[in-house]
Amino acid sequence: MIQIITKTIPPTLAIAAQELKSHFDSLMAYILLVLFLGFSGVFTWLYGSDIFIYGQASLQVFFSVAYITLFLLIPALTMRSIAEEMRTGTIEILLTKPISCRQIVLGKYLAVIALIAIALALTLPYYITVAHLGPIDHGAVVCGYIGLLLMSSAYAGIGLFASSVSNNQIISFLISLSVGLLFHIGFEILGRQMGGFAGQLALGLDMNTHFESMSRGIIDSKDIVYFASVTFAGLFAAEKTLESKIA
Amino acid sequence: MDVIVKNLTKFYGQQKAVDNLSFEVKTGEILGFLGPNGAGKTTTMKAIAGCLTPTEGTISIGRYNVADNADKVRQLIGYLPEHNPLYTDMTVIDYLRYMARLQRIRAAKINDRILEMVNVCGLEGEKHKRIGELSKGYRQRVGLAQALIHDPQVLILDEPTTGLDPNQIVEIRELIRRIGREKTIIFSSHILSEVEAVCDHIMIINHGRIVADGTAAQLRKAEQGGQMVVATIEDADRNLVVKALQAIEGVEMVDIVKDRPNTVEVHSQPERQCTRDIFKTCVANGWTLTELTPIETKLEDVFRELTK
Repeated sequence: MIQIITKTIPPTLAIAAQELKSHFDSLMAYILLVLFLGFSGVFTWLYGSDIFIYGQASLQVFFSVAYITLFLLIPALTMRSIAEEMRTGTIEILLTKPISCRQIVLGKYLAVIALIAIALALTLPYYITVAHLGPIDHGAVVCGYIGLLLMSSAYAGIGLFASSVSNNQIISFLISLSVGLLFHIGFEILGRQMGGFAGQLALGLDMNTHFESMSRGIIDSKDIVYFASVTFAGLFAAEKTLESKIA
Repeated sequence: MDVIVKNLTKFYGQQKAVDNLSFEVKTGEILGFLGPNGAGKTTTMKAIAGCLTPTEGTISIGRYNVADNADKVRQLIGYLPEHNPLYTDMTVIDYLRYMARLQRIRAAKINDRILEMVNVCGLEGEKHKRIGELSKGYRQRVGLAQALIHDPQVLILDEPTTGLDPNQIVEIRELIRRIGREKTIIFSSHILSEVEAVCDHIMIINHGRIVADGTAAQLRKAEQGGQMVVATIEDADRNLVVKALQAIEGVEMVDIVKDRPNTVEVHSQPERQCTRDIFKTCVANGWTLTELTPIETKLEDVFRELTK
């Protein structure tokens, strides 16, 4: 057992660390952080139906802004991950090291999640500020952050799969954006149109409903299973696509 | 560690890239892999390195089967792919550290190994530069350092000297020869003289099949059959010379050489030497023999003959 752990974890972390470092080295990470904080900041505090309209100390507005921003930014973050390795051929080097495709995909996934976690951590001042403005439901805030992380994890899974399909970054970006769009609004529209059991099923796959209840402070095991399943499906598909490249 | 390849076959869709290939490389041996482009060299090497699944056949490294013990085998192998892909944004040191971690070298030993690789591969002055800034020769060394960092028992080098200048080629060759004393090396190249200079064992493949296998000397001999000498004989009528030489016992054929009226090529039958008799014939006829040069078949000729 210990042997399995020492065999599996260090290389996965090595890949994750390298991937995270390359996000920062290529400035991608900084651009994303600035875009994320800029967008969510402007729409939360300054523009449109901002946080002051409700007259209530809550981060609800921020969560819905961040939800859309992350939906757009995560494909930009994941598009490079595997596609670039395939384009330059470095994937061949990785595949001849004593690591599995699963470890490669998992390492890259962890790097994306780490970067999103950094981005979310940088919005903690919003929380502190709002908490000073009036009584805030701390539980709901924690739930909202967890919801954002889970939703990011699902999109990261989809994005990594898209990145493993093509060795062209732009194509990967468009694939993950389209699949993301399906989860974002597509299933909702489908569900409304179809009705019946199929409609219920489609509505159940819609990401919004699952996220909404979390951002209100309700953690339901159903939602967690949903996000975990989408993540797992994405990563699994990415692993299998990568494996098929060796054949 | 011995490398044993048995009945290796690989299809890409309908196309057969490697066709029932079997061979063996022993510890301390350097196998030179020759063949025209598209002959199946890279496919075979990738299959041995474990980054390609063969359609049929088995490959074993020592007592490990590549298909069943992929993890173990990858720890035993160092692989330098054909185009030497590298992370151009990383510095040499960072890259080697990353590779060392992926090879699960113990943390305490990583720095020592990196320093050793920097020394062995001559990267001292370049170690803090970004790989993207390095010249092709230095990149090749980084690739080699990456393949060697975990002290592998088997080294697979796919055209390690392409794009290098003559000095670098000699250096890399020497490095390969030095490493090759204790390890098993499989090495492909387009440059025949290089394979001849470095390898103990040469294999030529064409259309996925082995067409020749042996030492350089064996290959030459098999192709050439008998010896060939170029003779320049002056003060004589060429027709008479050809006739007289043709009459010598053991001579297979006499050819005239274009643009050199006094020169002929004499091909002898296998296992026969005719130089003495050529000389004696000249003396007997009072001709002046000004040149008598034995010509070895070049490996180039062997290669072209076999892969036509």
